[in-house]
Amino acid sequence: MEAFEYASPHTTESALKLLGGRWGETEILAGGTDLISAMKDRVTTPKRVVNLKKIKGLKRIEYSAHSGLRMGALVTIQDLLDNKVAREHYPALAQAADGIRGEQMRHMGTVGGELLQRPRCWYFRNGYGLLAQYQGKSLVPDGQNRYHAILGNSGPAYFVNASSLAPILIALGGKARLHGPEGEREVELRKFYTTPMKEEDREYVLKPNEILTEILVPPDKGGKMAVYEVREKTALDWPLVAASVVLHLSGGTVRSARVVLGHVAPVPWPVPEAGQALEGKAVTEEIADQAGKAAVSKATPLSQNGYKVRLAHIAVKRAILSAVKGEA
Amino acid sequence: MEVVRFTLNGDPVEAGVRAGETLVQTLRERFGLTGTKQGCDLGDCGACTVLFDGEPVLSCLVLAADAEGHSVVTIEGLSNGEELHPVQKAFLDEGAVQCGYCTPGMVLTTTALLDANPDPTEAEIRRALSGNLCRCTGYTKIVRAVRRAAEASRADGRGGE
Ligand SMILES: Cc1cc2nc3c(=O)[nH]c(=O)nc-3n(C[C@H](O)[C@H](O)[C@H](O)COP(=O)(O)OP(=O)(O)OC[C@H]3O[C@@H](n4cnc5c(N)ncnc54)[C@H](O)[C@@H]3O)c2cc1C
Ligand code: FES
Ligand code: FES
Repeated sequence: MEAFEYASPHTTESALKLLGGRWGETEILAGGTDLISAMKDRVTTPKRVVNLKKIKGLKRIEYSAHSGLRMGALVTIQDLLDNKVAREHYPALAQAADGIRGEQMRHMGTVGGELLQRPRCWYFRNGYGLLAQYQGKSLVPDGQNRYHAILGNSGPAYFVNASSLAPILIALGGKARLHGPEGEREVELRKFYTTPMKEEDREYVLKPNEILTEILVPPDKGGKMAVYEVREKTALDWPLVAASVVLHLSGGTVRSARVVLGHVAPVPWPVPEAGQALEGKAVTEEIADQAGKAAVSKATPLSQNGYKVRLAHIAVKRAILSAVKGEA
Repeated sequence: MEVVRFTLNGDPVEAGVRAGETLVQTLRERFGLTGTKQGCDLGDCGACTVLFDGEPVLSCLVLAADAEGHSVVTIEGLSNGEELHPVQKAFLDEGAVQCGYCTPGMVLTTTALLDANPDPTEAEIRRALSGNLCRCTGYTKIVRAVRRAAEASRADGRGGE
């Protein structure tokens, strides 16, 4: 790891003063499970690292029937799993958190860091850059792309967003609260992630001198929800694909449905087509299957990842059936 | 160089550490506590697990500077002199150790598990140990050792009252 200056401020305000205006000059450290390994691999070589763990106000987790769930960015995955109220109101959020395996990872990893973890694309992690370009052309389409994007992959980015929590939080209508030099702003998580167009871009709208302070999730209002992940291994790896579903039913028919796919595109990928296939209908296995099919109708797999299209189709179907049965 | 002060296996210690030095390096290189293994160095194997304020963490992803004011327990801090900790004894008795590289991490993760949940099911044991990779044993004997340790600790707890 390259040498850097290390700062552990006690307040968000003092942390903000230590951040630079360009990505890579300074980096924010939370649990470190992603940043420290990225620094060891020289994926990023900041001159200054700003540790947030001394900021007390960012560790709160609270729920009210009126405003829903508020989670400080430093709440750990374990804190989230241990929170009975969050589990009760958002069982699928707990389900997604539970998929992140390893006691160590759950005790160290924070919700903020989980949402902002950098892509696991092996080109990126091995020094080819976020867009994995060589002589102006991406190495991914003709390269080793079995874990890469099947949607939103018209370039220049082909990696997949790695977060397990982002898709369900988007399906739940969650927002990110950001604190910057000019004050605070709230961004819907649905609009928080972006596909980078240039090598210097990042995968989210957060600016280099902003801190993610809180995640806000509106009240659940009787929604039925589930996450269905397909994994190659049950631990020490990310899902191949995951589907998050939040349904509102009235009298046995679907009134509204939000379906969001994870690990299929450079951003968490909402699939309104799947929701439309469900709305106004009673959920049967066949209807759920049609929604799964609709979810991947626009997929454009690369040379090695066609199998992910089928996985995503089935994940959506199973997430829907599981949500209706209340299995989360 | 920065000086960090923390509690290591029950004793107050201090060390000068480099920026970017990870806790596993400090433990192994400055304190000579080589029971903590540096395996993948990237969070993929759990061999570097130590207890940080009683919770299992990956010391390869913790900056040494962040130990300031905290309590760290390594495998060397578990036994009481020559007397093995019940989890260590159970691993020995069940033959849950082959090459031994994963063992310190397995034992420490198990210790934290049993502190939080004295009577875990097999599924809970497997879930708790999912961040600790073992290339040798096939895990069966490890799971059995955790069960044995849980029984021994519970029997101990009852006898002690
Ligand atoms: C073997 C392995 C398996 C894994 N499996 C999964 C999985 O299945 N699903 C999954 O979702 N994740 C998985 N992870 C990733 C893990 O969940 C993340 O590494 C972790 O949640 C990141 O949190 P952290 O607090 O350690 O972040 P850090 O490493 O501290 O930070 C991560 C990034 O976010 C930025 N950041 C952190 N907090 C803030 C903030 N408040 N404001 C602004 N920027 C911030 C940092 O600058 C950095 O770029 C896995 C990791 C490993 C090593
Ligand atoms: S050495 Fe730390 S997880 Fe492998
Ligand atoms: S005993 Fe060899 S790695 Fe587990």
